[in-house]
Amino acid sequence: MARTGPKNTALRVLVWLGVILAVMTAVLAGGNMAGQASWAPKLALDLEGGTQMILAPKVEGGSDITEEQLNQAVAIIRQRVDGSGVAEAEISTQSGRNVVVSLPGTPSKETRALIQASADMNFRPVLQAGPGAAVPAESRTPEDQLPKPTAEPANGSDVNWITPELYKKFEALDCDNPSQDKLERSDPAQPLVTCEPASEGRPAIKYILGPVEVKGSNISGSTFQLQRGAQGAVTNEWAVNIQFNDEGTAKFKTVTERLNKFYAEAGGETGSDPRSQFAIVLDDQVISAPRSQAVITDGRPQITGGFTEQSAKALSDQLRFGALPISFEIQSDQQISATLGGEQLRMGLLAGLIGLLLVVVYSLFQYRALGLVTVASLVVAGALTFLAIDILGWTENYRLSLAGVAGIIVAIGQTADSFIVYFERIRDELREGRGLVSAVENGWKRAKRTVLASKAVNLLAAVVLYFVAVGNVRGFAFTLGLTALADLLVVFMFTHPTLQLLARTKFFGEGHPLSGLDPKSLGAVPLYRGAGRFRTPADKPAQVAALRAKNTGAAAEAERRMTIAERRLAERQEQLAGSSKSSSKEGN
Amino acid sequence: MATSFANFGNELYTGKRSYDFVGSKKIWFLIAAVLVALSILLPVVKGGFNLGIEFRGGSEFTVSNVKTTDASIGEKAVEDVVAGSVPRVANVAGNTMRIQTDKLTEDETLQIKAGLTDAYGVTDNEVTSTFIGPTWGADVTKQALLGLAIFVGLAAVLMALYFRTWKMSLSAIVGMLVTMFITAGVYALSDFEVTPSAIIGFLTVLSYSLYDTVVVFDKIRENTADLQASTRRTFAEEVNLAVNQTLVRSINTMMVAILPVGAILFIGAGLLGAGTLRDLSLALFVGILIGTAATIFIAAPLYAWLRQGEPELVKQAERVAHRRAQAAAKADSPAEPAKA
Repeated sequence: MARTGPKNTALRVLVWLGVILAVMTAVLAGGNMAGQASWAPKLALDLEGGTQMILAPKVEGGSDITEEQLNQAVAIIRQRVDGSGVAEAEISTQSGRNVVVSLPGTPSKETRALIQASADMNFRPVLQAGPGAAVPAESRTPEDQLPKPTAEPANGSDVNWITPELYKKFEALDCDNPSQDKLERSDPAQPLVTCEPASEGRPAIKYILGPVEVKGSNISGSTFQLQRGAQGAVTNEWAVNIQFNDEGTAKFKTVTERLNKFYAEAGGETGSDPRSQFAIVLDDQVISAPRSQAVITDGRPQITGGFTEQSAKALSDQLRFGALPISFEIQSDQQISATLGGEQLRMGLLAGLIGLLLVVVYSLFQYRALGLVTVASLVVAGALTFLAIDILGWTENYRLSLAGVAGIIVAIGQTADSFIVYFERIRDELREGRGLVSAVENGWKRAKRTVLASKAVNLLAAVVLYFVAVGNVRGFAFTLGLTALADLLVVFMFTHPTLQLLARTKFFGEGHPLSGLDPKSLGAVPLYRGAGRFRTPADKPAQVAALRAKNTGAAAEAERRMTIAERRLAERQEQLAGSSKSSSKEGN
Repeated sequence: MATSFANFGNELYTGKRSYDFVGSKKIWFLIAAVLVALSILLPVVKGGFNLGIEFRGGSEFTVSNVKTTDASIGEKAVEDVVAGSVPRVANVAGNTMRIQTDKLTEDETLQIKAGLTDAYGVTDNEVTSTFIGPTWGADVTKQALLGLAIFVGLAAVLMALYFRTWKMSLSAIVGMLVTMFITAGVYALSDFEVTPSAIIGFLTVLSYSLYDTVVVFDKIRENTADLQASTRRTFAEEVNLAVNQTLVRSINTMMVAILPVGAILFIGAGLLGAGTLRDLSLALFVGILIGTAATIFIAAPLYAWLRQGEPELVKQAERVAHRRAQAAAKADSPAEPAKA
């Protein structure tokens, strides 16, 4: 049974590998049928064509940016880009320092300006509010009934801000389908017509807002928490707290004094004067417009009403971000034509194919039939890598870049490396006079450690490159790491079991000259008696002794191949008999 | 031929054929020291590396499928927009033109892009433009150095843990650093353009160099595992035998690593001109060659040298010498075919 043991294990492992491949294929096929995945890997912009910008955030005042602020910045850029109607834009942070914006095609000058602009948050009083939909053309206010300013506006809440033009704009605005003409930043000293986009359970609202009264930079902090009731007990209502700095506190006090008057006049909770509302405006879009229910003198207003934990957190984050204006400096801006990318990919693949072919030819030349095992292993590794990239493309939106392709091509060599380490070990074992079956087992035991240690170095490099690298390096590091893992899987689950099985075939087991494992050409000491028959521990010393007498030429070499116990025994015998090696010539 | 290569392997394995890598270590160390010193001095004397646009900052346009490779057309297209600028126009490969300029504004970039499209008679999506801010290169360099430091640190720890001796770890790292300096030296000497892609390749070379060293050191460790019980060879001789025994593997590994890289390099350079693939593969090509050599000529001999003074090994070496003397006296002929 000892000899069928490894064979059964080998078969089992191969079946498992088949299962892994089948499951990956099935997952991908499932995704394909659901219309979400595709059989071809997703391509990065440098291959597909498009624009990639790497932006470095700059905080006003030159302080360092935290990861949280960076994530906020990404969220805001995403909002802007999505809002400008660019489909399939990808915005991500890189190394916790930069923001990478990838857009298909060539973005307009306006979109570029928008992406770079710093977030602009401020507070404006509400003059008028209404449902988000555009007023139908036939029911719009006739020209002669449009509100007309009668005097210069006295304060931010003065309806004299509303001009006929402004009102017409207000009525025409459709918040469910907002026009994309807000690329120019609004004038803080002028009124603004804008939307609060629809959110969960609440339709869009449009507003006419007064001029900016408190700037976002006057916020010193923001938190969110569960609200406390009158008795101090925690209720189920979420609340967002804002903290203003001194300047903001003073300004906010003046504003709330005015706004609270509208609130009180309209009858408090039941009233509905929009002028009691104070809009929080981010990038000219209202994110919240709470009513002023009290005069805030300490600069610590609390916003309540219908928040969930998530929406409270979101608003609090936005407020904090607004408190810290971040602008972006373009570090690198690449516009790649699809033609060039396609060409590069084609040449890259051609190069890869030629490289693969050369490796195959070299392996066959060096290892004969054993080289075919290399080829088969490379095919399995390729299939694993391909499936993994496809699945990651589907689930993680991983995109293959040119550097990634380079990583895969470089990996061909590194993958074939582990086979060479293994094959050389088997050859070493054969040279020591073992039969192929035990040479495979022993060679594997030794090669396994080496392969694991060296792959660990490769993986380490890939991981370090991935996490600290800038620019395109990530794609390269990613595929390098991925292929290192695929390689490990293949060596353990394909190459070794396959060799275990092949070692039991006549062609390899008997060491056919073309098998690449011919003991004769490897200069093995002939302790080997043909397929299926191997030395037993009992006849080793006897054989060694016999050989020494018969074949002094091979003796020194045989001795070196002995186990420690054998070597000690031999050394003892040597001391007794005197050395016969002194005149020997090695080799045969 | 394969048989003869296998035979070469056999002879190396048994020690019949042996190259004295460890014994001649002084020569290798001297050569390495000279090369490293040159690699450091050369960029200083030459005034630095040939830095790519990513490090200088500026704008670059690539026009593919051009009908004519006349550089003056491109120069004119740029000068029409920015008077007095001195663009660098080059035919990089086949029918692809590369135009590099100083930093341009967005308007200028778009205008030049349009101008080049007309001038070379290509379609709009055959022109690629790249703008690199002046601080980008510094950023890339900083990150690369950080990555290098982290990698070297972690690799040193990993190897010290795996081999359980800091001397092996140190030797491997020194071998890697030698690879790094000489590869950089080759770049300085040959004026290859240093781009971020070249730097990635450079960092990958370090991983390759260490990988190669790990495999050889594994064999050394195996050969020297029960050295104390043996009087056949001294420590240095065992190390040398291990290097010889893994020589065929080293050559084969290097070959399969360099074949795909060479394919990218020559196809990349021949058909595509400058770009990610070429820059990456060039650094790898140079580095893999040097990395393999550094393991054999520097890392392994250095390890033998670092340990040769250890009292136990000195004693063992004495025992070997003693046994050899005895054997020689008895047989009245030279001891041991293996070289001392």
